[in-house]
Amino acid sequence: MTSKTGIGASVVRKEDARFITGTGGYTDDLSLPGQVYCVFVRSPHARAVIKSVDTTDAESAEGVIAVFTGEDLRSDGIGDLPCGWMVKSKDGSDMLAPSHPAIATTNVNYVGDIYAMVIAKTIEEAKNAAELVEADFDILTPVVDVATATTADQIHENVPHNQCYDWELGDSAATEAAFANATHVTSLDIVNNRLIPNAIEPRAALGNHDPASGLYTLYTTSQNPHLERLILAAFVNVAPEAKLHVISPDVGGGFGSKIFVYAEETAVIWATAKVGRPIKWRAERIESFQADAHGRDHVTHAELALSREGDFLGLRVKTIANMGAYLSTFASSVPTYLYGTLLSGQYRTPAIHVEVKSVFTNTAPVDAYRGAGRPEATYVVERLVETAARELGVDPADLRRKNFIQPSDFPYATPVALTYDTGDYEASLERALSLAKYSEFAKRRNESEANGRKRGIGFSCYIEACGLAPSQVALSLGAGVGLFESAEVRVDVTGSVTVMTGTHSHGQGHETTFAQVVSDKLGIPFENVTVVHGDTSKSDYGLGTYGSRSLAVGGSAIATATDKVIAKAKKIAAHMLNSTEEQVSFDDGIFKIPDSNESLSFGEVAFSAYVPGNFPIEELEPGLSEKAFYDPANFTYPAGTHICEVEVDPGTGTTKIESFVAVDDFGTVINPMIVEGQVHGGITQGIGQALLEHGVYDDDGQLLTGSYMDYAMPRADDVPDFIVDTTVTPCTHNPLGAKGCGEAGAIGATAAVMNAITNALDVNELAMPATAETVWRALTGE
Amino acid sequence: MVDITITVNGVDHSLSVPDNTLLSDLLRENLRLTGTHIGCDTSQCGSCTVELNGRAVKSCTLLAAQANNGSVTTIEGLGTPVDLHPMQAAFRDNHALQCGFCTPGMIMTAIEMINDSTEPLTADQIREGLEGNFCRCTGYQNIVKAVLAAQTQLRSA
Repeated sequence: MTSKTGIGASVVRKEDARFITGTGGYTDDLSLPGQVYCVFVRSPHARAVIKSVDTTDAESAEGVIAVFTGEDLRSDGIGDLPCGWMVKSKDGSDMLAPSHPAIATTNVNYVGDIYAMVIAKTIEEAKNAAELVEADFDILTPVVDVATATTADQIHENVPHNQCYDWELGDSAATEAAFANATHVTSLDIVNNRLIPNAIEPRAALGNHDPASGLYTLYTTSQNPHLERLILAAFVNVAPEAKLHVISPDVGGGFGSKIFVYAEETAVIWATAKVGRPIKWRAERIESFQADAHGRDHVTHAELALSREGDFLGLRVKTIANMGAYLSTFASSVPTYLYGTLLSGQYRTPAIHVEVKSVFTNTAPVDAYRGAGRPEATYVVERLVETAARELGVDPADLRRKNFIQPSDFPYATPVALTYDTGDYEASLERALSLAKYSEFAKRRNESEANGRKRGIGFSCYIEACGLAPSQVALSLGAGVGLFESAEVRVDVTGSVTVMTGTHSHGQGHETTFAQVVSDKLGIPFENVTVVHGDTSKSDYGLGTYGSRSLAVGGSAIATATDKVIAKAKKIAAHMLNSTEEQVSFDDGIFKIPDSNESLSFGEVAFSAYVPGNFPIEELEPGLSEKAFYDPANFTYPAGTHICEVEVDPGTGTTKIESFVAVDDFGTVINPMIVEGQVHGGITQGIGQALLEHGVYDDDGQLLTGSYMDYAMPRADDVPDFIVDTTVTPCTHNPLGAKGCGEAGAIGATAAVMNAITNALDVNELAMPATAETVWRALTGE
Repeated sequence: MVDITITVNGVDHSLSVPDNTLLSDLLRENLRLTGTHIGCDTSQCGSCTVELNGRAVKSCTLLAAQANNGSVTTIEGLGTPVDLHPMQAAFRDNHALQCGFCTPGMIMTAIEMINDSTEPLTADQIREGLEGNFCRCTGYQNIVKAVLAAQTQLRSA
């Protein structure tokens, strides 16, 4: 169906009506009768032994209902927060995971680590009482620097050298041989700066316990409520799964940081039964800075071997990745299976070897942040390629073209364990070159020079593995859960449709996009489709939203369930038309049989399904509702080219982005307006990493960037208008042909910006964020 | 406790609240107008922006007592889903929101920006005017587009 609301149409979003009128329901907007408030007491020290915690004064403070410490949770059988992905070291040994209690019992290991919780009638009373919790700490020297963490003091009893694992991927011998044959080697030392995700809605939790039924209900800011429920039930032992209801209502952005199961909601849902009252907690921004999982934070040495002709021969990468103080829910997978596997980029590099040591430090846990591993991989590859082009004196576009995997090469097995299904990298490069007016760059550079400015242009030809993930692959690589997705397409009696999905929308517009898919396939009005997500009592077990998986995996589940509805409806139509289901055709909402004027609308068939007056009930069940669990056969591989052009003021070091072009191949696009919006937002986060953002701890492990006064978020006047376009090679293995678009901007943009600035400055290495000071120092050598 | 008389979205209220009650708390907790959001508690993110006596203010850093005898408009007072304020409609039509959390503050700031200027604002001026409001989702481009579109409509009205 081609329509104003079908697949491919820029439909305005259903969800906007509540958001623009202030009637959304975010966790902190919800309240329950009799609710009380919780404040967490957090360590001011990066590393200390807890000698004692005295809660006496706090307990007797006005309004206080209870004060709990880690011992209270432990003695009640509450388990540690687990990491859901087992990574093995080179030698075959399991990664080392330290104990991670929700509330610390013996040691605190980062500034912000929780050692007590205070529950009081009002938030003010809880805050006042929290000041009265007295802890006696034995302060230890913290481990802060990631590069030297393996030789520093040991933080956790069971983790020698603070090393979680020492992992490798690829053929070491073949890579050594490639370097031996190289005529040119480009080397870079790269720091991928620590980022703090900063969804504008702070994390929050509202817990309730019904003593009569034993049911716990947790409203929380989660990207994956089913996984939250599973972990709290099966690993943390809060309650049996059947007695735990998790609702993730409207959520104000996630970017990965709300995937994880955190200490706060764990403690809240546990404590609600202890105090017999609903408990609400909402993070203050400083808590978001201190205790949301951070992102990136890699130190890397990388080398690219090239032949005389400029062919890539080999890639050798050694990375140290910071895990922070404990292993967050998926932390171990980020610098390994989401990073090392992407180092082939868009190129036919025949030999690749990557080694990753992941280490613990006395800093906030580090886990997936928009792109998760893939931005780091893209940054390594694309900084190397750009630098190689510069060193060899060749056009960076030409060097990329020469080494691209060609459309005829697909399916293409990389040396780092992935098989790309489809793509056309040159198509997106050419389109981007044209939109960026690359052929006229030299002229623009001369004009800038005449004005005393330095102009640079930088490319980033990124690839990502998305649509997480084929369960078999994920499970074989150490994942603790399958990564399929669930869907239910429930047709109402009057022919309207309710769709239940296991994914979660926290800004992505699924209520609109998924409704477009279903209304298009069923030929019914878009307005008649309602999408439900974020409630474990309504949707089947699903895996939530991250890794650009919602449309490629969740949407595919919905498409599959919708096809099942059509198949069932054809049977009903055949019965109604005295024909056979093989004879019945279905197009644009109408069931027909050949050589007949008789037809039935979707609504008529739906009504008949629920008013089955003369159904042959032995062979035809009443009702019209179908489910699907879709497990993808492969990852999807969105790819594209980003080109950034900057002008640097050598007097001040200030960088201005003059233009930014992104041409992405997301496969089939359902709603171009929404996809463009995702790209804009992703690019802005990528630019933020390159120019502004940096999570910094001092030598004592104090977070220096703990507020918006210190951590530079991109503001409206920090970014330009972006020029975005798409090329399309549909994904070959899912029913929608969709690849996913949520992370691309953040994956591609950072390298493009830094390649542009290093081009303008004519330097190979420059630290991120490239603040005015950093750029000015690079220019002046001061 | 402090006695406060306040008009919110055209409705008069008389309340007695603790002295240190913030305007944002009065709106969200006492009046249950939860469209005004708290993103940072420190007046930097702008999600809590409301209109007080014709000015856009960050309600998380204003005591409720400072708004005594004042008139406040929150996002709930602008328009309804069937009768949207032009700025609300422009945000929807230009996909100027994703998660929606910063949106009420963005809309309140944008309206004041236009009301405050006798001349039509340029895109650059709008970007500068939105400096006090963070959005982590949209990259701002569509917000600027929406404000430009709403401006055209509001100035011709």
